[in-house]
Amino acid sequence: MNAETLAAHPALQRLVESVTTDRNEVTAAALRQNWRAVAEAMRQEGFDQLCDLTCVDWFPAEDRFQIVAQLHNTQTHAWLRIQTRCSAEAPAETLSTVWPAANWFEREVFDLFGVRFAGHPNLTRMLLPDAWEGHPLRKDYPVEGYR
Amino acid sequence: MATMIETPGVTVTQNEGAGGTGERSRNLILNMGPQHPSTHGVLRMVLELDGEVIVRATPDIGYLHTGIEKSAESKYYQQVVTLTDRIDYLAPLCNNLAYVLAVEKLLQLEIPRRAQWTRVMLAELTRLNSHLVWLGTHALDIGAMTVFLYCFREREELLKIFEMASGQRMMTSYFRVGGLALEPPLGLLERIENFISYFPDKIDEYEALLTKNSIWVGRTKDIGYISPADAVAWGVTGPCLRAVGLPLDLRKDSPYSSYNEFQFEVPTRTEGDVYARYLVRIAEMRESVKIVRQALEGMPEGAWKADAPGVTLPDRDQMKFSIESLIYHFKIVTEGFNVPAGQVYHAIEGPRGQMGYYITSDGGPKPYRCHMRSASFANLQALPKMIEGRLLADVVAIIGSIDIVLGDVDR
Repeated sequence: MNAETLAAHPALQRLVESVTTDRNEVTAAALRQNWRAVAEAMRQEGFDQLCDLTCVDWFPAEDRFQIVAQLHNTQTHAWLRIQTRCSAEAPAETLSTVWPAANWFEREVFDLFGVRFAGHPNLTRMLLPDAWEGHPLRKDYPVEGYR
Repeated sequence: MATMIETPGVTVTQNEGAGGTGERSRNLILNMGPQHPSTHGVLRMVLELDGEVIVRATPDIGYLHTGIEKSAESKYYQQVVTLTDRIDYLAPLCNNLAYVLAVEKLLQLEIPRRAQWTRVMLAELTRLNSHLVWLGTHALDIGAMTVFLYCFREREELLKIFEMASGQRMMTSYFRVGGLALEPPLGLLERIENFISYFPDKIDEYEALLTKNSIWVGRTKDIGYISPADAVAWGVTGPCLRAVGLPLDLRKDSPYSSYNEFQFEVPTRTEGDVYARYLVRIAEMRESVKIVRQALEGMPEGAWKADAPGVTLPDRDQMKFSIESLIYHFKIVTEGFNVPAGQVYHAIEGPRGQMGYYITSDGGPKPYRCHMRSASFANLQALPKMIEGRLLADVVAIIGSIDIVLGDVDR
């Protein structure tokens, strides 16, 4: 499925800000409030496997966290990346109700970035100890000296 | 749930009845790991038991978290290769491959065919290496000790082959952005040829020990079942997914590094149990041998790294006579190379499943963000689906069958 057919999809046209193709990879950027709706529409479209979900910290930009998910269609072997922007105060909705696989990926993002996901069933620390202070993959996390 | 007791090893706690009825349920909480030999590293499992049946299983990970993704942000692109070895330390070359392919996609570099074929050949040998460790330890967990010794005998020769190519047995870092680290040494292909000439007989030997062994079959058949729908929804990939009957293999579906030039089958089973995963991996080893043989027969001549002066290091001979080569060498080593801004996700079929690298570049010489999607992490997430409702004694067999590496899970 190429960028044109995806971009013409009615659900995407309604929900997504932009669809771009870069280095043969299609990226659909959604607004935060449409995040789950886009995911559900793409799930209906045949993207039945969530391969990866992670975050990029664009500190000090506003809405600094970019949530990125890689979707795969196991029938047609098409790939799609969906992304949205959010902040620590205004979280995006969880995708674990759409693909159960998102559960751990979102927990990992919460652990390392401190990004919350509204409606997540078990948003607790996963890789770091429960008593850890801060979220190390944030760009403003000190990497030298005393913490 | 009652509070967990922190002491390592096996701890038994009485559990409060659910629903706040005040009634004490008969369920026990059993803590397994993190220091437990059958968890293949440091995995902790919290098991809720009703008698011998597992009601709920909760994996607890993070004991091997080393912050590799954060480290990668402070290293030049070429230096990150050495970090990728240490994620899945049983398949270092596959990690190298996934990473360099992602960076090469960002740079849009064209890689010479000889380098691509060498990469395929060594990645398949890595798959053999990883499957041998899996088979040996999995069999050891279930009580078949001979298989472990046999597998490590063959693995030793593989490690020597990796050492011959890269100078290192395990942390190879042999694939670099733009090609290979060094020209493949003389005699490497002959040594690999010698290995794959006798290796299929060794697979027969392992199969003779296990495939029809009634203890092995009894311990693995109809255990750890997961349905195809669950497997896809939970992000299971690799041999575990092919054991439920889905012929998904990125080497076929989204070919990379010239895999489309090789003839091989994607073995599948439909049972979805521990035994099916065993059979799939054994069949995969035979397919890998086929791929290596094709690579040896058709190995192209020519350059082993891309013609990209700002990215790949110049030849050492040229450096002694050409000032430009010396300058390039100095600049690449001291300040890296800039990578055009953008984001890519590149996934390959590792021994455990989909091994993906998501890299965001801001145009500088270091990755702005480098995320590793590891197959073990996603497969482990589906483990409770396979364990719940089974007997306690099956847990060890099921953990062994999903073939996790905790370095890969925790990164």
